[in-house]
Amino acid sequence: MIAEAGLAALWLAAALALLQLALAVLAMSEARVDLRRGVRAVAAVQGLFVGLSFALLTICFLRSDMSVQLVVTNSHSMKPWLYKFAGTWGNHEGSMLLWVTILGLAGGAVALLERRIAEATLTATLGAQALIAAGFYGFLLFASNPFARAFPVPADGQGLNPLLQDPGLAFHPPTLYIGYVGMSVAFSFAVGALITRDVGRDFARAMRPWVLGAWVFLTLGITAGSYWAYYELGWGGWWFWDPVENASLMPWLAATALLHSVTVLATRDGLRAWTIMLAVVAFSMSMVGTFLVRSGILTSVHAFAVDPTRGSFILALLVLYIGGAFALFALRIGTVKEGTQFDLVSREGALVANNLLLSAILGIVFVGTLYPLFAEAVSGEKLSVGPPYFNATTGPLTLALVIIMALGPITRWRRDELKAVIRRIALPVLITALALLAMSIFAPQIHILSFLGIVLAIGVGAASLAPLWGRNLRRTPMFTYGMVLAHFGIAVSLAGMAAESAFIRETLVASKIGETHKVGPYTVKLKAIEPIAGPNWTALEAELVAQRGDGKPFTLRPQSRMFSDPPTETNEAAIATRIDGQLYLVLGKPDDQGRWQLRLWWKPFVTLIWLGGGLIALGGTLSLVGRNRRERGLSARQAYA
Amino acid sequence: MRPWLWVPLGLFVVFFGVVAVGLYSPTERTNPSKLIGKPIPAFTLAPGATGKAGLSSADFASGPRLVNVFASWCVPCITEAPVLGELARQGVVIDGIAIRDRAVDVDNFLARHGNPYRAIGSDPNSQVQISLGSSGVPETFVVDAKGVIRYQHIGEIALDDVPVILAKLGEAR
Repeated sequence: MIAEAGLAALWLAAALALLQLALAVLAMSEARVDLRRGVRAVAAVQGLFVGLSFALLTICFLRSDMSVQLVVTNSHSMKPWLYKFAGTWGNHEGSMLLWVTILGLAGGAVALLERRIAEATLTATLGAQALIAAGFYGFLLFASNPFARAFPVPADGQGLNPLLQDPGLAFHPPTLYIGYVGMSVAFSFAVGALITRDVGRDFARAMRPWVLGAWVFLTLGITAGSYWAYYELGWGGWWFWDPVENASLMPWLAATALLHSVTVLATRDGLRAWTIMLAVVAFSMSMVGTFLVRSGILTSVHAFAVDPTRGSFILALLVLYIGGAFALFALRIGTVKEGTQFDLVSREGALVANNLLLSAILGIVFVGTLYPLFAEAVSGEKLSVGPPYFNATTGPLTLALVIIMALGPITRWRRDELKAVIRRIALPVLITALALLAMSIFAPQIHILSFLGIVLAIGVGAASLAPLWGRNLRRTPMFTYGMVLAHFGIAVSLAGMAAESAFIRETLVASKIGETHKVGPYTVKLKAIEPIAGPNWTALEAELVAQRGDGKPFTLRPQSRMFSDPPTETNEAAIATRIDGQLYLVLGKPDDQGRWQLRLWWKPFVTLIWLGGGLIALGGTLSLVGRNRRERGLSARQAYA
Repeated sequence: MRPWLWVPLGLFVVFFGVVAVGLYSPTERTNPSKLIGKPIPAFTLAPGATGKAGLSSADFASGPRLVNVFASWCVPCITEAPVLGELARQGVVIDGIAIRDRAVDVDNFLARHGNPYRAIGSDPNSQVQISLGSSGVPETFVVDAKGVIRYQHIGEIALDDVPVILAKLGEAR
């Protein structure tokens, strides 16, 4: 019964989305302004029903209801409850239902909370939102029904992919999806504003919290995903330029650009067309990401099911939304009035440079991700584009980007004196010079990108704090702290990436029990290998004793795990975190002569990468809260006056 | 009218074209061996199971056959075992190459899942497997009487694949 109720709720939500769309179209006419309240109400109820549908699917998973096909193929009654819960979205159908659920809830929130922009623009926005939702409801109901029954009812399920049985990953997909869907709200605002030609500061202020929020979640999602791949796959890398990783990076790059241009629009009423364009691009990248992952068109370490019907459906939705939005952009943006102009040397100037660099990086990642597909379509040749291309192209641009990032916040809006900017940046430049000197003395031989990365991370880290200098720290608004923290986080993350790639030490050995090996500053001894058993797996566990110089020895236990449902092997790396890096040990396969493959890594300062990611997200959160407070304060004061 | 405003839509159309071609031209997502149409590389393998002959490239002169790359630790190999058994009953000659395996384990595997093999060579370090251009287990090659590789089947052989395999064997005669 629960499954049928869930399906019914989903059909109702779909019907409500169509109703919302129809009402919004009717309400655009000045004669039917009375319908606009109705659009808001329908949007809220639609969010309620799709939320109910998702809750019912979750219950099916938690109760291990083996009469539901999706539960059979993705769950098992012996699984810990957290993974039963996470199993709800650890599969195609469930994750698409999560997608529309977040979409529906976000639409409902816009309908209930948004009071700043003109009612006509909001109605058009909710109409666009309903069109997006309707497409995804159709996709679920006709091509991926999560509530399909299993017949005959099996005794138990087939289990969740063991790689996904990890607390970090349980929350990785929802985090990214919230980010993707937040972009859909920005997109709908942009479409709404294009329809009513109402692009201005109010529009930017209404859109900004959604962009900021989505961006925070994307940042968290990417950081968590990167750390998961790092410790769970046992390959010791934190970014592989895999198509699915790029699919999450591309919306982030677009959202980062949008975040900065929407601030120009909100503060200075400039960059109107560009901001609209970016809002469309950011959501396009989310959709393209969903399409690439869900259609299985690109082969990837993230092995998802390949299904051309589903691919066609999402592709059709892409054409409808993105093609439609770009066409609307081309037709309408010429009639939107131009915003305010500004000087080259100004905060706006720096933000435009930031946007151009981010767009260039986005273009490079986009081309690199799709090039194998392009080559195969044109010449039938099979090839892959890997880290050498991405690192060589995005590396220098990223370094240029962080320099701009250091300059932007200390430059004034509208126009500034070059001399004044130089005076303000003098101390960070001095620090950069000292870092350069120190690096040329102590580590002159490392790769140029890593070398410059470390130098700039130090300089930019100092410069990112500059906006706080000489200010009354208690009266500095919270969103300024947010910006400073996020920029500082970028420097921290950059330092981690550069240091890890410059100073990493790797040892690959086939080791007998009792042998000792060196990696970086550590010696590692293989003491024993024992079989052990967990709740739904068995494993071989190595006992490795590591020692740094004459320091205290400590034991690390990497495992090679065998899961029974479904039968899969995974490597559980053993990681020791120290203040200056991580020791990362992986147990591989035995050979027949009593030797075991061991992979040992010393990764200096690698943790800074994810620490930086966390700081960036925290900075975004502070900005979001700070902006909301200030704007609520403003509108309260306006109401008094 | 400003034509550059249509550039984004134009780029999107290009993107659409590329992914539509990619989506609707079903391409093999596997890497086929470069040796198809070429003679099988020379090798000699010790017996991989008790009481079985070993395998060498010289054996292939006696007629067309299937060379099945398998392992006792491989789950899809269990799935295809009955299909191979049926092929053997129909008179198809099947030689096996056991990858990274031990004779005891292969004996167990044959006892449990049937023994369709004329001979089994043991390839403890995957060296012959790699030289054949095979990247996983199970894989099956159709080799003709001149020792030329005619066809490669990647993954387990399902019942649906049998007609294709038999046809390729027929061509190899």
